[in-house]
Amino acid sequence: MTKPDNKPVNNLEKIRKSLSRRNRSERLFRWYGRLAIFIGLAAVTVLFTDIVSKGHGAFRIAYLQLEVEYDQDLIGVDNLTDPEQLILGNWQAVPKQALREQFPDVSGRSDKRKLYGLVSNGSGFDLKDRLLANPMLLGTRETIWILADDDIDTYYKSWLDGEPYAARLSDKQVEWIGELHDQGKIRLQFNSNLFTRGDSREPEQAGIRGAVMGSLFTLLLTLMLSFPIGVAAAIYLEEFAPKNGWTDFIEVNINNLAAVPSIIFGLLGLAIFINFFHVPRSVPIVGGLVLTLMTLPTIIITSRAAIKSVPPSIREAALGMGASKYQMVLHHVLPLALPGMLTGAIIGMAQALGESAPLLMIGMVAFIVDIPGGFSDPATVLPVQIFLWADSPERAFIEKTSAAIMVLLSFLIVMNTSAVWLRKRLERRW
Amino acid sequence: MQATNILILILGLGLFAFYLGRGRSLALAKPLGGIRHIHSLPSYYGAHVALWCALPSLLLLGLWMIFDGPLIHSIVLKSLASGGMVIDASSESLLLNKITNLADGVLPRKGEQPALVVAADLMLRLQEISRWSLTALMLTLSLTGFGWSWSRISSTFRARPRVEKVMEKLLLTCACVAIFTTLGIVLSVLFESIQFFRSVPIDDFVFGLDWSPQTAIREDQVGSSGSFGAVPLFVGTLLISAVAMCIAVPVGLMSAIYLAEYASKSVRSIAKPALEVLAGIPTVVYGFFAALTVAPFLRDLGASFGLTVSSESALAAGGVMGVMIIPFISSLADDVITAVPQSMRDGSLAMGATKSETVRNVIIPAALPGIVGGIMLAVSRAIGETMIVVMAAGMAAKLTANPLESVTTVTVQIVTLLTGDQEFDSPKTLAAFALGLMLFVVTLMLNIFALQIVKKYREQYD
Repeated sequence: MTKPDNKPVNNLEKIRKSLSRRNRSERLFRWYGRLAIFIGLAAVTVLFTDIVSKGHGAFRIAYLQLEVEYDQDLIGVDNLTDPEQLILGNWQAVPKQALREQFPDVSGRSDKRKLYGLVSNGSGFDLKDRLLANPMLLGTRETIWILADDDIDTYYKSWLDGEPYAARLSDKQVEWIGELHDQGKIRLQFNSNLFTRGDSREPEQAGIRGAVMGSLFTLLLTLMLSFPIGVAAAIYLEEFAPKNGWTDFIEVNINNLAAVPSIIFGLLGLAIFINFFHVPRSVPIVGGLVLTLMTLPTIIITSRAAIKSVPPSIREAALGMGASKYQMVLHHVLPLALPGMLTGAIIGMAQALGESAPLLMIGMVAFIVDIPGGFSDPATVLPVQIFLWADSPERAFIEKTSAAIMVLLSFLIVMNTSAVWLRKRLERRW
Repeated sequence: MQATNILILILGLGLFAFYLGRGRSLALAKPLGGIRHIHSLPSYYGAHVALWCALPSLLLLGLWMIFDGPLIHSIVLKSLASGGMVIDASSESLLLNKITNLADGVLPRKGEQPALVVAADLMLRLQEISRWSLTALMLTLSLTGFGWSWSRISSTFRARPRVEKVMEKLLLTCACVAIFTTLGIVLSVLFESIQFFRSVPIDDFVFGLDWSPQTAIREDQVGSSGSFGAVPLFVGTLLISAVAMCIAVPVGLMSAIYLAEYASKSVRSIAKPALEVLAGIPTVVYGFFAALTVAPFLRDLGASFGLTVSSESALAAGGVMGVMIIPFISSLADDVITAVPQSMRDGSLAMGATKSETVRNVIIPAALPGIVGGIMLAVSRAIGETMIVVMAAGMAAKLTANPLESVTTVTVQIVTLLTGDQEFDSPKTLAAFALGLMLFVVTLMLNIFALQIVKKYREQYD
């Protein structure tokens, strides 16, 4: 009993009529998908282009060529082995005098102050270091390249790019730079300070060495603690744990910890390690402990997956040959699962390297000039250094921050690609 | 001796003990006719001796490191108090800090109160005593353990089961670290929160509309009480998370669908890892990007339309956070979509449905629980995200639902309240722990619920 308009012919007609609409919506849907992918890829591209375009300049920095005289009376030092003289010496007077000689017609207090502002505030100490390395130079003259001030550096780079940014300079200073440029006495050099120095309030003197060393010590401790503990926990849960409520409870805990916001681990570190155990603030020990607790779930989960992927036949063969359960695990399962575990460890370490929120809580945001030499020296880490620099008002720090980000990202890229490579290289398909 | 040196010494002793124990078992086996005639393999005898040599003293070291500091502090404080000094709870930590600095030589001793200098000397002496007694105790323990287990080596001694039992306990301890961590989080956050709720009533905190946590330096200062109404923070957090979800959910979901159902193998093999790059970028980088590129861009864009967009707008922080969460949602959705059995797709296509109709009417409904679980995990991530909002969102707690204005979030306030040097017992710092408790509870509930859904969904199609 079919109604007249439900005849097969009519249905076909209906379908044919709706077909173009349905095909259109199919095409539209496909375009939505392409758009979504495009948005994601565009975000990656924009992000990287933005960072690189902001930061590439920081790898070169402006230097001025000046003829300096290491005048004993001017500095107030006649014996380079006397530490007190070295501390009291007026080192900045050397570049100042060189500037006066370069521009002899500058007079007046404010003009002179502007003139001295051409070179970095720390350039006198750089000259001191140079003098200490070559004591013969005392009392002689030489022509060398001296680090320029950050405002000069910013202006000179923007001027070379054709869009001068002179908001922080006076007209006189702009004029002087033009003069120096015409004489070839200002140039951009590779910025080695960025890689060899610690933090500084002066952008041109600031480097990431301290933060990189801090990250290194923190990560080293994290790796030393989280890898063995994580692997041991994974082995227990996969191979030995009885199926009972306690095991389930452990599993629920691990899965939840993997999703707890990282800042909560910082609160844990602050309350337990610092306020209860009185570990000093800002040291890699606390940072390492907090990051260990944070990365442990990741390492346990990936290690368990690696152990799971070892086929049961291997275990049965080992047990069949008379191995004990521990011998089976240690001699057969573990070596086969190791590549997967190492991959997980590298991914966990990459995560820890980029983490900053919990470290803010335990005082690793302090301004630290010295480069840390051990696990108990106050330190900061690379992402926190980026955070600190991003907060600084000086324009030159934007460039620095982006450069530090580029360094951080390249570390992460190396770690992640090595993880992928390791997996491809060592993974066995059963 | 320093703790690290002792540690190295004990580990060295353990290694030495291993070789000695192994050697002795080998020597025992030789006259009997080879290692087949002793109960366990020689390395197990070695391991047994090594464990007895190292484990007890390492345990002692751990306990000592926990209790050594507080004990010395309390003795020093007691000696100060018996010397006639009045010490209340608030000045205690300050005083201890000073004494520690005096003892370490960080502060010059000249011109300090004589009582404090004496206390610093006492502290130095106690530390010395503690170090030496620890070394002596650990060495005795190691050697006793070594001697005892060494004397037990015989051809019938069941070394392997014993070693394996100890190892199982060690493995179990490692597995329990996760439980200790959770416990540590709960306890640390809960204790401080309870202290906080003693000074600020809990309903003022949860339902209060005004957040201004500054505390006064002087008692009679204006606005000295500070108010701790957390509603503006919750609203701000939700606003930024909502903006993030508005970007992440459609983009993440659609790209997952496209990659799983439409894309050719070569497109998938390029686009998928490229999207996952977004997940590997540290959040501090996103924060920098949001604060220095996106926020000024949005502000200028708004200005060109005659809108006033704050330079710390919720839109900038939320938008960048959304980009960060895209790969999270897309990979979770990809997993659940590919887990939908092929037979369901084939059935729908065989009935004449187009591919998009199959996706909309068959695959999405079938994968819905998994997708919802994934989105909930993403929401919990957005709520707990810190660096982006610290760098790109505002500090002022404003109660608004307008994404163009600046709002603050729970995590921003935790960071601002706790960075820098502060007195640990002021309501200001304790408030951060109360916020942390809120954050932990909310994300925990979201996570447990979401993981449950995802798990159930997986079982359905397994």
